[in-house]
Amino acid sequence: MTKILDKQRYKCAMSAMSTVQAIERAIPILHSGPGCAQKLSNSAGSSGFFSPNIFPCTSINERDVVFGGEEKLQSTIENALKVIDADLYVVLTGCTPEIVGDDVEEVVGGFKNSKKPVIFTSTPGFKGNNYKGHEWVIDAIVDQLLEPVAENEKEKGLVNIWADVPYQDEFWLGNLRALEALLSAIGLTPNTIFGHRRGLENIHRIPKAEFNLLVSPWVGLENVKHMQEKFGTPYLHWPTLPIGAFETSKFLRAVVEFAHLDTKKVEAFIKEREAYYYYYIERFADIFLETRAMSKRFSVVADAQYALGITKFLVNDLGRFPAKQYIVDDTPKEYQAAVKGYFKDLNYGIEAEAIFGVDGWEIHEDIKKTDYNGYPLILGSYWEKELVQQTNAHFVNVSWPVNERLVMNGYYVGYDGGLRLLEDIYSVVRTRFN
Amino acid sequence: MAIQLNISDIGTRENRLGSITGYSGDLKDLAEKSRCGTLRGCARCFSQSSTCLSACGLSQLSGIRDVAVIHHGPSGCSTTGTNSYRVTKQVAKKRGVVNNTVYIGTDMDENDTIFGSEEKLADIVRTTYQRYHPKAIFVASSCASGVIGEDIDSIVDELKKEIDVPIAAVHCEGFKSRIWATGFDISDHAVLTSIVKPPEKKRNTINFKNFYESARPEITKIFAEFGVVPVFLYANATVEELSHLSEAQATVCICGTLGNYLGNALEQEYSVPYVRTINPLGVKGFETWLRAIGHVIDKNDEVEAYIERERALYLPQIEKLKKELKGIRCVIGMGPGYTFEVSRVLHELGMEVVWGAAWHYDKQYENGEVPPSMDYLLKNDPNFKVSVADQQNFEILNILNKYKPDLYLSRHPGSTVWAIKQGFPALYVADEYMIFGYKGTLDFANTVLDTIRNRSFERNLAERVKLPYTKWWYDQPINKFQEK
Repeated sequence: MTKILDKQRYKCAMSAMSTVQAIERAIPILHSGPGCAQKLSNSAGSSGFFSPNIFPCTSINERDVVFGGEEKLQSTIENALKVIDADLYVVLTGCTPEIVGDDVEEVVGGFKNSKKPVIFTSTPGFKGNNYKGHEWVIDAIVDQLLEPVAENEKEKGLVNIWADVPYQDEFWLGNLRALEALLSAIGLTPNTIFGHRRGLENIHRIPKAEFNLLVSPWVGLENVKHMQEKFGTPYLHWPTLPIGAFETSKFLRAVVEFAHLDTKKVEAFIKEREAYYYYYIERFADIFLETRAMSKRFSVVADAQYALGITKFLVNDLGRFPAKQYIVDDTPKEYQAAVKGYFKDLNYGIEAEAIFGVDGWEIHEDIKKTDYNGYPLILGSYWEKELVQQTNAHFVNVSWPVNERLVMNGYYVGYDGGLRLLEDIYSVVRTRFN
Repeated sequence: MAIQLNISDIGTRENRLGSITGYSGDLKDLAEKSRCGTLRGCARCFSQSSTCLSACGLSQLSGIRDVAVIHHGPSGCSTTGTNSYRVTKQVAKKRGVVNNTVYIGTDMDENDTIFGSEEKLADIVRTTYQRYHPKAIFVASSCASGVIGEDIDSIVDELKKEIDVPIAAVHCEGFKSRIWATGFDISDHAVLTSIVKPPEKKRNTINFKNFYESARPEITKIFAEFGVVPVFLYANATVEELSHLSEAQATVCICGTLGNYLGNALEQEYSVPYVRTINPLGVKGFETWLRAIGHVIDKNDEVEAYIERERALYLPQIEKLKKELKGIRCVIGMGPGYTFEVSRVLHELGMEVVWGAAWHYDKQYENGEVPPSMDYLLKNDPNFKVSVADQQNFEILNILNKYKPDLYLSRHPGSTVWAIKQGFPALYVADEYMIFGYKGTLDFANTVLDTIRNRSFERNLAERVKLPYTKWWYDQPINKFQEK
């Protein structure tokens, strides 16, 4: 069966420009057609210090296709260094220069001694999607900017946190901050590179970390393995985005065990936070239980991160039952078995069936055929809005594309994140009486 | 050069019309150089990202009701479909219709670029047809499919034998042109070559080329007074409506940059008059445009009666505001249509244009004439500084820094925000009908005053943010990187 991108859920590798954009004072330089940045930029949260229309771009034309665009790239980088006030310049390549064979590495190599670092990542759209492009940019940073540090320069308790893809995950920054806060609360020092006041200073701390913490089903796994090779940094791979009390407490205990920390402190913290969390759950439990227009069954149509995180939350915290879960991030084949397995680890021996696919039409047909024994709850992308009108479902837009809602610093991670997701779900459910 | 509807690909605006994206000077110089044939667009040895012509062309086509756009390229190219899906659904809902248009990507991968993927593309077109039964299908190329030489024309020719709805190959490789408006021409060409039929009988319709028909109710009401019905293109238009474009009384447009190819082609091929006036923005523009329509459909008296009635209602209010607007110094950054149209309106309202930055410049339209907005300014208005730049943000911010206007006006996303970061009040003239007719002009005048009278937002922000450019750049001339 031919792969068909019907109801598109991801962008191409060059959208890794958003990963660069998420690093304060870092700017992508695009060796691509004139409009790639505009197409790939996010409509929300993009007018920061640098926005896509600030990104230098060689704007490849027909002449460059024939004669190559290396000269243009050379002058674009040279002048970008003069015009743009950045601390890191990341050259990204689009489809055309890769097919016509421009030697970008050679051109970028010429800027080795420039006053600000210039690095390079090959990101032609045909080589992969933006989940992969994101990984390639992180690898480029590790390879081209960082050197291993001596054992005595490592900082005890310093933990690099890696989570899902900036801008592809609408809640990327809020989630990352919430993960930082959780680690700080149990006595670790989180190190992240994205968002306000992180940036290059934190990038340079990466090799000093005691360990890498990857919170994602598969995105970033290559990166933490690579850093283990290059810096000798061990990693904890925690596949589930912790949403709500059950998964958050479990996550914290796992981190503490991995970091060999005192369990007393974490248990005290968990006890306090669960009491706080259940204060709210108790007050609103009637609503969660006593709503006519609600069945027990739900489906998530999202990348592996949200499909897994939300499934665990709704099953393990709220006692709901999973229908099929749809993973739409084009998860590489080598990770699919492991990711499927995570869905089988739910309370009371419950197993959720996870389906991988990028064909939205098939997913919608499958959902239409599914009996949810009442009103379905669908958490997905904007594409599912149309589907829920046909199936009478409750719908919350959590995964890309996210439209018709605005997320600034919102997040679903942690104890508060779980409450936030419940607010979002029940704000929809409560629009109906029966 | 005549429009050729017997071929599937068209030339770029640079090649067909001599359009440019690099220039710095003033209005009179630009016109003089265009007239005597010495206008040469400059290239830049440094530039910033702008817009892809395929995004312009294919978002136009995907606005048509119940069609399929199949974008043959990597997943980044077809991201346009994700954006246009929301717009399509929302503008359809506003009008109370349902639009089931789909936008499909082929997710071209590395193997496809090595071994080709023409069979795969044909399969995807077939699958799309079986799933959705679209009323027309547009098969579009991308940079990647173009560079490796995928023959979408032959694929489309083959598919025509088995699929019984209009199918067009849409040649929209992003590297073809820096002028994204070429994408508008490409979409018009696809509609003209695959859907528009030769006329059978005249209808009392006016083809109205616009973007999102936000003034549909008002325009429908105005046109009803003259006994004609507007058919808005392309958002929410049906394939059936498009098939009859050749039977209309006339073609009009809200933006010459957008409507010029379709208007000229319908006139050339089917003798549908194309109303080529300044646009209906501001009082002068609206009246000139309306009178020209009245002339074409032979309703001069009705138009004059309408103008007299509406003038009495709105002109006193507009005149009052003119006193308050007098002397406000503006910089404009818009497409070439709107830059010169809005300049006229600003002058009309008593404001001053200190710099007009057009995203490109068409020294002529398909009929070989200077765009009417430019012609009008040259004959009636004071000269002002002009640059041509495909949204080069660094040039705009340099202009603002040097000329320190009271107001910056722009019509494209992602431009006004930078003016306010630099501390200048800015107005996003987003909707194409924002200055339409008497009421639009009045609303616009009031919005300008509101914008410059409460500067809190820009002041708060500008005090706290850093600008992305070096001091060195602000000390350079605006045309520093324009190669001669």
